[in-house]
Amino acid sequence: MDNSFILQLATGTLVGLGAGYVGSFMVLRRMSLVGDALSHVALPGIAVSLLLNINPFFGAFAALLLVTILIWLLERKTEIPSETLVGIMFTLSLTLGLLLTPEPELLEALFGDITQIQYLDFIITLVSVIAIFIVMKKISEKLMLGIVSKEMAQANKIPINKINFVFLFLVAVIVALGLKVVGTLLMGALVIIPAATAKNTSVNLSQYTKLSMVFGVLSAFLGLLAATYIGITPGPTIVLTAGIIFMVTLFFKRK
Amino acid sequence: MGVRFGEDQVLKNLDFSVNKGDVLAIVGPNGAGKSVLFRTLLGLLPYSGKFEWAKDLKISYIPQKLAIDRELPLSVGEFIKFKQKDKAKIINILKSVGIGAEHQNDNEHYLRHIEQHVLNQRLGWLSGGQIQRILIAWALLDNPDVLLFDEPTAGIDIGGEETIYNLLKKLHTELNLTIFLISHDLNIVYKYANNVLCVNKEMICYGIPATVLDPNSLVKLYGGEAGFYQHENHHG
Repeated sequence: MDNSFILQLATGTLVGLGAGYVGSFMVLRRMSLVGDALSHVALPGIAVSLLLNINPFFGAFAALLLVTILIWLLERKTEIPSETLVGIMFTLSLTLGLLLTPEPELLEALFGDITQIQYLDFIITLVSVIAIFIVMKKISEKLMLGIVSKEMAQANKIPINKINFVFLFLVAVIVALGLKVVGTLLMGALVIIPAATAKNTSVNLSQYTKLSMVFGVLSAFLGLLAATYIGITPGPTIVLTAGIIFMVTLFFKRK
Repeated sequence: MGVRFGEDQVLKNLDFSVNKGDVLAIVGPNGAGKSVLFRTLLGLLPYSGKFEWAKDLKISYIPQKLAIDRELPLSVGEFIKFKQKDKAKIINILKSVGIGAEHQNDNEHYLRHIEQHVLNQRLGWLSGGQIQRILIAWALLDNPDVLLFDEPTAGIDIGGEETIYNLLKKLHTELNLTIFLISHDLNIVYKYANNVLCVNKEMICYGIPATVLDPNSLVKLYGGEAGFYQHENHHG
């Protein structure tokens, strides 16, 4: 195992960990498809980064942040439901991204290529995932209360809108981080599948979030190993691994 | 006091007062603005005119119904710990809202029962009546002076409904709570409230239930349905 493979494993595993944590609350908030759609929004950001020759993480993150703020604002100012807004933004960004991305890099942008990962990417991932953990720990109870009852949370003086925004911000961060690992088209899956898997098997919140992280880590780790061993593309293999774990847990679903 | 959303005047000309220890029932048809009134009283909505709570009053709110699904991975224990981590306090409050009442004579057995069958259960697995009790317990953990209770028995069977109101009555007396209560059921209003506020976009009546709920205001409040309600309270 050479140094760069260890770097890939470490980065992939970290992304799996963060995706599991953030994803667990996305599933609870019924935002599964929002995550999927948001990941596509990153494409034009990646395209611009490639054109400007900067790290795609920053371009992707900027695009995600922009659209997240836009959706959050439009949702509050207009009566249009957020799924419609996300649907519109998502298709428009994908179109823009497809037009802007230079053809040779398109496949990499769509499905990721963790073999291209640099030491800097690892550092960015490490720092961001630590930040995600700190913030999630702070807001998770409030998020949960907002899921149980928005009015009750407000009556308990929880600033629901602010908390939602912080959460969307974290979603943008983790999606941007995952682009190198599984790509724009598949990042939604890495956020949602481990969480859905954990939901099959857990009774309480702490068990659920922990399992979601475990499944995220397992998917990334085993997927990468399998991809290298068999010699196939890592991104789809990771997502496939997540899918297989999900299928297995269906048999253990608690009624 | 009045509330408007954009062009829509949702509530207007409300004028009422509540004394410490009162039970005020708020009645009116669907969409009359009852829940809006609650949210305004909680300070969550902008309003015109003015209302005032006494100083340093603690207000707790119990929502109509939780929109959670059975699959939500949140245990009852975790839900309560959002507010109170002290085990003894939790057990006490659960006792006072009548959770696991049939096991209460044997203390050790009761603790085991609560641990296994209540605290470690998914919130979404409890029955409607049990969830309602947990919500009441949750509200009481703040030691409130005032309880705002939105349709306490929506989605609960008749037997459970009766016991929830008896519990409210008990808490009202024991803790000297002031209770605001939204209800559809005029029988409940007669039985448990000492004041009633009828709302249908505006204030239709306000006062002691037996005096102000006359046929006239009921027609104004419910339109054609009034006969039915009147009929019921002759028997009730």
